[in-house]
Amino acid sequence: MATVTFDHATRIYPGTERPAVDGLDLHIEDGEFLVLVGPSGCGKSTSLRMLAGLEDVNSGRVLIGDRDVTDVQPKDRDIAMVFQNYALYPHMTVADNMGFALKIAGTPKAEIRQRVEEAAKILDLSQYLDRKPKALSGGQRQRVAMGRAIVRQPQVFLMDEPLSNLDAKLRVQTRTQIASLQRRLGVTTVYVTHDQIEALTMGDRIAVLKDGLLQQVGTPREMYDVPANVFVAGFIGSPAMNIGTFPVLDGAASVGNSRITLPRQAIGTLTDDDKGNITVGFRPEDLDVVPAGTPDSIPVYVNIVEELGSDAFVYGSLTDAFGSAAVIHSTAADSEVTVRIDPRDVPAKGSQINVRVRPHLLHLFHAGNGERIAIGA
Amino acid sequence: MAPVSSASLQITAATPDPALLDLPWDVPLEDWPAATIAALPRGISRHTVRFARLSGRVVAVKEIGEYVAFREYELLRQLRRLDVPSVAPLGVVSGRHTPEGEPLEPALVTEHLQFALPYRVLFSQTLRPDTATRLIDALAVLMVRLHLAGFYWGDVSLSNTLFRRDAETFAAYLVDAETGDLHESLTDGQRSYDLDVARVNIIGELMDLQAGEYLEDDADAVAIGDALVTRYTELWHALTEVESFGFGERWRVQARIDRLNDLGFDVDELDITTDVGGTTVRIQPKVVDAGHHSRRLMRLTGLDVQENQARRLLNDLDEYRAATDRQREDEAFVAHDWLTEVFEPAVRAVPRELRAKLEPAQVYHELLDHRWFLSELQHRDVPMDQVVASYVKNILPLRPDEQAVLGGVPGDMRDETGVIPVVEP
Repeated sequence: MATVTFDHATRIYPGTERPAVDGLDLHIEDGEFLVLVGPSGCGKSTSLRMLAGLEDVNSGRVLIGDRDVTDVQPKDRDIAMVFQNYALYPHMTVADNMGFALKIAGTPKAEIRQRVEEAAKILDLSQYLDRKPKALSGGQRQRVAMGRAIVRQPQVFLMDEPLSNLDAKLRVQTRTQIASLQRRLGVTTVYVTHDQIEALTMGDRIAVLKDGLLQQVGTPREMYDVPANVFVAGFIGSPAMNIGTFPVLDGAASVGNSRITLPRQAIGTLTDDDKGNITVGFRPEDLDVVPAGTPDSIPVYVNIVEELGSDAFVYGSLTDAFGSAAVIHSTAADSEVTVRIDPRDVPAKGSQINVRVRPHLLHLFHAGNGERIAIGA
Repeated sequence: MAPVSSASLQITAATPDPALLDLPWDVPLEDWPAATIAALPRGISRHTVRFARLSGRVVAVKEIGEYVAFREYELLRQLRRLDVPSVAPLGVVSGRHTPEGEPLEPALVTEHLQFALPYRVLFSQTLRPDTATRLIDALAVLMVRLHLAGFYWGDVSLSNTLFRRDAETFAAYLVDAETGDLHESLTDGQRSYDLDVARVNIIGELMDLQAGEYLEDDADAVAIGDALVTRYTELWHALTEVESFGFGERWRVQARIDRLNDLGFDVDELDITTDVGGTTVRIQPKVVDAGHHSRRLMRLTGLDVQENQARRLLNDLDEYRAATDRQREDEAFVAHDWLTEVFEPAVRAVPRELRAKLEPAQVYHELLDHRWFLSELQHRDVPMDQVVASYVKNILPLRPDEQAVLGGVPGDMRDETGVIPVVEP
């Protein structure tokens, strides 16, 4: 087992000018489950392949433990790509299916048996070791494939969108299985996905990438509560955070006729680049429905109510009273806000509600560069 | 692309065959009726794969996630455009539902390669060391070609490859591109990982055949896997390495080109640099293209055959030219006469009912072998019409049909552990 370090690692594809991964600095702890997440083309898969040795590192280094593996061939890196290949051999027993790579490597028989038995125990496959794959269920077969990687006892597991090929139900099941298995094994794991829900539910920490640049690394909670910039704020969370850019007037963000009072320290940090504007974000669940006329409240016209039983969401627009300058982004659409409301007290479609952001749950960003404005707790 | 839809069913194909609509898309592939299914031995796959009859040909149908299906369809199309030996994609069928409205996985449809033999058929008997070598050679050539084209396979295995007879050798075709990626060019890491995966998979597949007692235990699976690495590495070096020599040895440029031609490759672009003093010349092939002999035969005769078949046919053409004393004539004219006077009459002499046994070019290759055999036996040059008569009477009828349904196994080979048909190795 080992740590993994990207030390200013850069990958520029031949014939392109912009790096696919640009000066990545990332340290992954021993035994940690790190998820690389971001939209397509963000550099997450390229980063993983640099670690696997499939992509050249044009500048910087990649380390596994203390060992610089930048120029080491993939098979000599002591890593395992999981799920790349999970066709099972029909005539071999489950035990042989799990252990054959060790046999090829010349591992003594007794040791193969021992490692296979240990892996089978973790995977709940002990009683099936002498059966043929045909006698197993789909989920069990998938675990045998995982077992193949486990018996090799690699330093690091690499997984590149391993669930993309599964249907929705199996995806959720396998997601939980992989996460709990990784914790039981304690093997450092780097996992790539485009799906922020997978990232939030599986990772010890999440690294968000965009355009080849690392945006932020942190625990799922940190990423959700303290996003470092507007991109992370909008990417992490479902439904997404409501984000809008408004002019700053008299110590408040001017949302049409309404206003959101801003902390004084925040206003002090604004720069020329912000051009007198501030970007304000608030999560759908951080709004309270309040009586009309409450200070700092915003009227919302209810377009759609989505009831999910345990939750209910209003997808609404800011009412006409608000200036056209007010642009809000959320999951629904531009100029719409998403509000989580009490599922036992839902407003009618077409009605108007008044909402207020819980002040300490307001996210503020520079309108110019999108960076978070830190305001003391 | 023209999407054709029937209810919510969507067929995405470049040239959709209306007969595709007749397949039972509302039934899970696993439960397709035997009447629809063609009995073909399958490789080991993580997905459900079936062969079905469609407008007089055979197609392979694979159930697979929608995103992956479209991705593989596109990749296979690109590989065809790059002229890499691979199966032809026919289309993706999505929006499948059971009559009860349960959604079913989309299906990728590819054309079954005629006269193709899966490795399980070729290996599943007494493995002649020679057969293993020939298959491994073919796979090494395929991998080098894919890598030269910038294709990273990700899951090289015998199961993901089909083999076709190519004179006394085999030619390998890629049949599964699911884990692949096309790049501008490959890194050494990508090539080496592909090669390592190939080695481990091949050994695993052979061990599996041994476990099923289809292959003798004394066949050395690990040595066969290692042979692939050696063959690939040799070929890659021959095709790509930089060669330096003194200015006076410029004949070595042509020698290098000849050597690559012998390996079956054409040099489309050669980098030649000299050092500042002009005493040393460095050459490195930049673009090489497989199919040197098949292209030459195609140009001369219009016959579209595989590389080693072409090599054999070209040799016969050369012999014909010498025997008819026409060396000074334009090669194209001689080739035309050889085609109409020698090749076509011989191949046409095969009775219609025996034509599904082997491809015409392969039949011709065997006729040449048979001619040699008869001539040795009778101590004279046996004329071709007599050779054909003897071959059609004594040899061909004993051969299994290899066009599509191998070995005539009755029914459906749903079970991968089922009987594997017998063909000549």
